[in-house]
Formats: sequence, structure tokens, C-alpha cells
Amino acid sequence: MPVFKHPQILIASNLTDGEVVFLGSSGWERDHRRARVARKAEEATALEALGKRDISANRVVDVYLADVEIGSDGAPTPLHYREKMRVKGPSVRLDLGKQAGEGAL
Amino acid sequence: MALISDGRFIEDAWRRLADEEALPKTGKFIVSLPRLEHAVEVLGPTATFGVIVPNTTEPSALIAALPRLDLISIAFPAFADGRGFSLARLLRRAEFKGELRASGRLVADQYPHAIGCGFDTIEIPDDLADRQDEEQWRAALNAYSMSYQRGYAGRGSILEARRKAVRS
Amino acid sequence: MTAVDLRVAQRPNAPMTTYRYDEYDAAFVSERVAEFREQVNRRLSGALTEEEFRPFRLMNGLYLQLHAYMLRVAIPYGTLTARQMRRLADIADKWDKGYGHFTTRQNLQYNWPKLVDTPDILESLADVEMHAIQTSGNCIRNVTADHFAGVAPDEIEDPRPTAEFLRQWSSLHSEFSFLPRKFKIAVTGAAHDRAAILVHDIGLRIVKNDTGEIGYQVVVGGGLGRSPFIGKVVGDFVPREDLLAFLEAILRVYNRFGRRDNKYKARVKILVHEKGIDEIRAAVEAEFAAMDRSAFAHDPEEFERIAAFFAPPPYESLPATSALLRAAKLETPAFANFVDVNVGAHKIPGYAIVTVSLKPIGGVPGDATSAQMRVLADASERFGFGELRVSHEQNIILPHVKQDDLFALWSMLDAAGLATANAGLVSDIISCPGLDYCSLATARSIPIAQAISKRFSDMSRQRRIGKLGVKISGCINACGHHHVGAIGILGLEKKGQESYQITLGGDPTFSASIGEILGPGVTAEQVPDVVEHLVDYYLAEREEGEAFIDTWRRIGHARFKDVLRREGEDGADI
Repeated sequence: MPVFKHPQILIASNLTDGEVVFLGSSGWERDHRRARVARKAEEATALEALGKRDISANRVVDVYLADVEIGSDGAPTPLHYREKMRVKGPSVRLDLGKQAGEGAL
Repeated sequence: MALISDGRFIEDAWRRLADEEALPKTGKFIVSLPRLEHAVEVLGPTATFGVIVPNTTEPSALIAALPRLDLISIAFPAFADGRGFSLARLLRRAEFKGELRASGRLVADQYPHAIGCGFDTIEIPDDLADRQDEEQWRAALNAYSMSYQRGYAGRGSILEARRKAVRS
Repeated sequence: MTAVDLRVAQRPNAPMTTYRYDEYDAAFVSERVAEFREQVNRRLSGALTEEEFRPFRLMNGLYLQLHAYMLRVAIPYGTLTARQMRRLADIADKWDKGYGHFTTRQNLQYNWPKLVDTPDILESLADVEMHAIQTSGNCIRNVTADHFAGVAPDEIEDPRPTAEFLRQWSSLHSEFSFLPRKFKIAVTGAAHDRAAILVHDIGLRIVKNDTGEIGYQVVVGGGLGRSPFIGKVVGDFVPREDLLAFLEAILRVYNRFGRRDNKYKARVKILVHEKGIDEIRAAVEAEFAAMDRSAFAHDPEEFERIAAFFAPPPYESLPATSALLRAAKLETPAFANFVDVNVGAHKIPGYAIVTVSLKPIGGVPGDATSAQMRVLADASERFGFGELRVSHEQNIILPHVKQDDLFALWSMLDAAGLATANAGLVSDIISCPGLDYCSLATARSIPIAQAISKRFSDMSRQRRIGKLGVKISGCINACGHHHVGAIGILGLEKKGQESYQITLGGDPTFSASIGEILGPGVTAEQVPDVVEHLVDYYLAEREEGEAFIDTWRRIGHARFKDVLRREGEDGADI
């Protein structure tokens, strides 16, 4: 089991439309700031279990935990540049993707 | 295990023999490759038996036994491992006329590929058969009316059809 | 007239720009769409798990990327009709976000389709005789060809009939759809290789033997990616009647013996490398000899039927040079630059080949908006028999433009922002989508291309620098062909940051070479500085008529390495 260093959120792609989604307290959210944050290894394991359940239910695919930091407003932001990209959209098209308010569930 | 033939789930008339089991006197049974030589040696000419082989088998290892075999089952260790398709082709080229069976977690969408390469039957685990029912296998079998290749089994070749159309 | 000619003559109004489907092709593609629709339904219902669905969606060009699904549409041998280009624009508007990305393998990618919409998109493509079949997956991929096919003055034979022949043969091949890894074939019929055949799994070069018979030199085991290799000759002269059998023999050897234990060692290049070309050649020849070749009985009628679709358009008889063109060049310097850089010689007097760059300064290489696609379709109808080509350099080609029409065409392109005169120059950068879109990427590549392009925005400086291939990949898979860039840039992750490794001396043509690493990785901000230093050094050192790669080859890699080291010590920001 990997060492738990940072708080984590569960990130996935919605099966039907490919939209990037995050597991929130009442289902999958398109806004990462509404993601449930695991602050301990056991909480992360619980998130993963929920992810597996929804893979089996054919709702999401490509599910994994991403390290985050928690801002002063309490909202999580991914630490790695790859996931930073995923919560926004292409850096070369600021008019597209989540950063432009696109993508609905 | 479930067995698919001509787009239908059918009863398997064959029994896979465990390696510790003695060779039976009657019935249709399948031995593993290491036991093949012995089986050919001791079984009479009327015995009906087959062999299950890994997909890495050299066809030359089976050539001597081919006239005695009524079935060859090729194991697919993963559905995306396509070696079994080439092995089937080579066995048909060596004029094997018995039942050619693909055994493993093949998905229904691979049915036309298997037929094209010379397989007759597909053997899949039950959990897969539960998800992919007879209807899906039948649909896969009928998905294409023709194929572009030539010299492969199945529904007929577009190239042959064109040639006929031009000449008529 | 033969029966074959009659079949063609039955379509008097159909432009002979490319292959047209007959009822068999149409039925096949529509059956593929129906099958995919069911596959999507079965995925949604759970009859197919994601693991089971993945190879089948990939075999139909559908990926799951960083932000959404991505659909990769095949443009076989890079040839498109105006009607097809318009349809690509319509699809971009209806189901995507109004643009598409032309790739390094003559495909078009939509970055935002929904899974549930893809069957409808495929149906819309089928309506204009297009598809996404085998644009991904561990199967034989979209067969590519020289984008100047049929119009290049240095050509022995148009490679497209061969490519179409192979497209059909490889489509849903019973035996070769679950290979160890992807398998790419490229064909050229010219003296200059514009299709990068030496870095494909199989490269086919159309050649003539001593008796004047046409055949193929078959090269195997080239490729980029993690371990780049230049392909090796496996068949020196394969007569046309043996081509399919020979290719089946290669594929069968690969399917049986290619490694499946490690995805990074599964390409045929590794098999060739590990076994040696002599052993592979012997295996292929043995398999070829054992085959029942009656099943491949050569079908010259079928080949001719296909070739007839690529017959030359009704060219006019024109003088070799155009007075109108000469006058317009004198009058409009920007146009003169465009002609000098983006317009090439055509085999027919009075005509020209025009490269429309999809690399505006600071733009996204290979991207075109739906409006631009429509302008290109219109331009091809007004000035070029309704035919378009897509190059592996991610540009669009109008292959038959009258020299007299060049000025009018340029004006039309210029108004649509499509007249950047940089074909082959430092800002004509090949770039994969990189981490802005791709889930495999380890770093971004488009912003690097944009920064270099802006650094060299002075077009007269670009012309002074001359031919220079800058190629950028956002990961080791090398979709941006960085290994064969005279300047190659590879984006990697180093200690949680994007880092860029630079190579020099790559060449994708018949003189193929793999670039050599310049030194430690640099940051994104440093890349334009490094490129500029390298270019300045080349300009200082070059001899008359040398391109960047020539100077590099003459004076050697070490000198280029030294200059960077010196600059570094002087405190330059690299």
C-alpha cells in the first residue's frame, strides 16, 4: 500500500460523456471543490471502494486517487500538474472545458 | 463453462480430462498436450479424443497426431492475445478437419474473427456467458455480411464478389 | 472499354479525386457503425466491462482522454474531397466544439465527443464514405501515404491505389486484429520520402526492377516511441502479385512471435531488433513459401479498378510558367513569399502544389476551426478539382492549383488566416496534443510549439534560417516524431515538473536518422532560448546551401553541445 502523504480526492471520468468528475459527499461532482477529501489512509480506501462500486455500476471509468492541498477556504486543489490540468481544461484553450464553465452532469 | 456453436449455447459433448485421470475406454474426451503422445500410442483407432494446447504451440508438434484428433482446443490466456487466431489458421492449413475450439475469456465481438480463422466453437467461463448471452453471440455472428480478406472462412469475400460482378 | 472502365464511367459527375465506395464498401462501413452502436449499448448496460470494451472502442478510434473522449477519424492516405472536409466541419459544430486537430498520421481528432453520440458521428461520417476504423488499437492502423501522391514530379507510381488496396485488406482482418501492439504501414512511390516510411512498422517503397516491372521494397521494424529504430529491408523487390501474401507472412510471424510480456517491447521493431533482420527475413520467407498463395491470387482487375479512381483530374494544357503569377509576385511581396515557401512544383506544366499551413504564429499546430475547414473545401472546389490532402506534417495540401489562380487562392486563404508562409520552416512545427488533451502525456507540447513559433515570428528571419524540422512530443510515445526532428523536443516529468529533453539531427526521410540528446532537460521557459541559440550557431557556421541538418551533420553534434555549454557558463538563461 502506498504511503499516505497528502489529503486525497477521488477522480474519474463519467462513462457516458467522458466528463471529469470527483466523488463528493452525495455522488459525483463536476467541480473538484465539492470533492470529498480523504485525510487518512482509511478514508482514502473507503473512497476507492465507492469508486469500485460505481465502476461496477457502469457509471464511471478510470478512477483513481489524486493528492491535493487544502486551501484557506477548505477546498481541495490537486498538487500534480496533470490533475491541475484536469480540473480546468486545456491550457491552450481557456475558452473550453471546466475553466470556461463547461460540462454539466 | 459455456459452449457456443453456430450462434447458440449448446451442451458440451466433450469432457476435459484432468491429468491425473486415467484415459477412458469410451466417450469424447480432451487431454492436455503433454499427454497427447501417450494417448495416441495407447488408444485404439476407434477412440474419439481431442487435445487442448497453449496458443504458443508449434503446429509441427501436432502434425503427427492430426489424423487421430477429432478436436483441438486452443487456449486464449487473455481475450486480446491473438496468437490463437494464427495457430488456428496454421492448423487448418495443415488440413486439420476436426472441431477447432477457442477456449478462454473471448468476448462475443471476436466471434467473426474466430470463425474467419477456422474455429468452430467457443468455450467461455460461465460468468462471461451470464453477461454476454446467446443473443449477443448470435448478433456478433451476423454483424458482417462479408469480409475483405480472401482465403478466410466465414461469410464470403468482398473481393470474390466483385470479381464475379465484373465478369458476369 | 473494359468492364473496369465502365464501372468508373458510370459516375460521370463524381470527382475522381479519391476512392469511392461501392455497395460492398458501403455495406461494410455501415455494418461497422451498427456494430459499434451495439457495442456502446452493451457497454452502458454492463454486458461489456470497460476492460472488454476498450480494445473495441480503440479499434474504432475512440479514446478516453484527460477532459473527455476523443474520436480519431481516418483520412486514408490523406486524401479528402471537399464534401468530406465540409462534413468534418459539420461534425465539429454539431457534436464537438467547432474545431478538429489534424494529426501526424493523416487522421483528424475531435477532442470532446460524448460516448453516446459517437455512433451518430460515425453514421454521419459513413454518409460521406469515411470512418474511424482502426485509427487506434493493436491492429493494422490507417495506412498512410505521400501527401504529394499523384502530383509529385519525382514519382514512379501513385502510392494511393496500393494504400487503398491495403486499407481494404487490413479492415477487420480476422487474424490480425489482436496483435501484440499497434501496426503502422506507410507507402511512398517517389524518389523523396515524404511519408516517413523508414520509421513505420512496415514501410513500402514502390520501385521498378531492371525489366521495368513495378514492385515494392518492403522495410520492417522502423518506429519511434520509447526505443526508436530505422526500419530494415525484409524484401528487396516484392512483385505486386505477391504483396498481400508477403505482408500476411510478416504479420503472421509478428502475431505469433512478437513479445506480449511487456507493452514497451511489443512492437515489431523490438522483434526485429532482438532476433535480427536475417532471422526475421528467413521466418517471413519460410512462411511465405508455406502459404497457399492461390488464396491471394493476384487480382489485377481489382487493383486497376481501385487505381482508376486516382486517375488524374482533367488538367488544362498550359504553359509551364504563368505571366499572371510573375506579375502578382512582383506586386505583392507577401504573396511572393507564400509562393516561394508554400508552393511546390507539379508534374503538370502550369500547375502547382500548395501547402496550406495549419501553423499560424502562436497557433495550435494542426488545429483547424470548422470555418477554416469550410474555406479549405471552398478553395479546393474553386481552384483544385475539389481535392484536399492532409500531410503528416499536420498541414493541408491543395494538390492541383493552376499557377494563374495562385494569387486568387492566396487572397482567399489570407482572409481566413490560412496563408502563413512557413511550410518546412522553423515555425512549421509538428506537435502532438500533449498534456493539454492527452492522458498518456507527461508534459505539454502545444505551448512549447507556440512559444518557439512566437520567438521566430519574424518571417524573413525564418526564411533566412531555411528548412528546419522542429518536432515536439509530450511523452515517450513520440506521436510528435521528436526523434526525427532536426530539432526534437520531448516533454517529460522530472521531480514533479514538466521538463524538456532536446535532441538534434533527426531525419524522417530516406536518409533517416534518430536525433541525439543535447544535454540535461530544460524547463518550458528555457526551450525557446535553447532553440534560438542552436539556430544562431547554425547560421554562423553554415556553408552555402546548407540546411540546419546538413551543418549539424558536417560539423558534428559535439560542437552544438559545446555552444550550449559555453552559453550556460556565460550566464545565459539556459
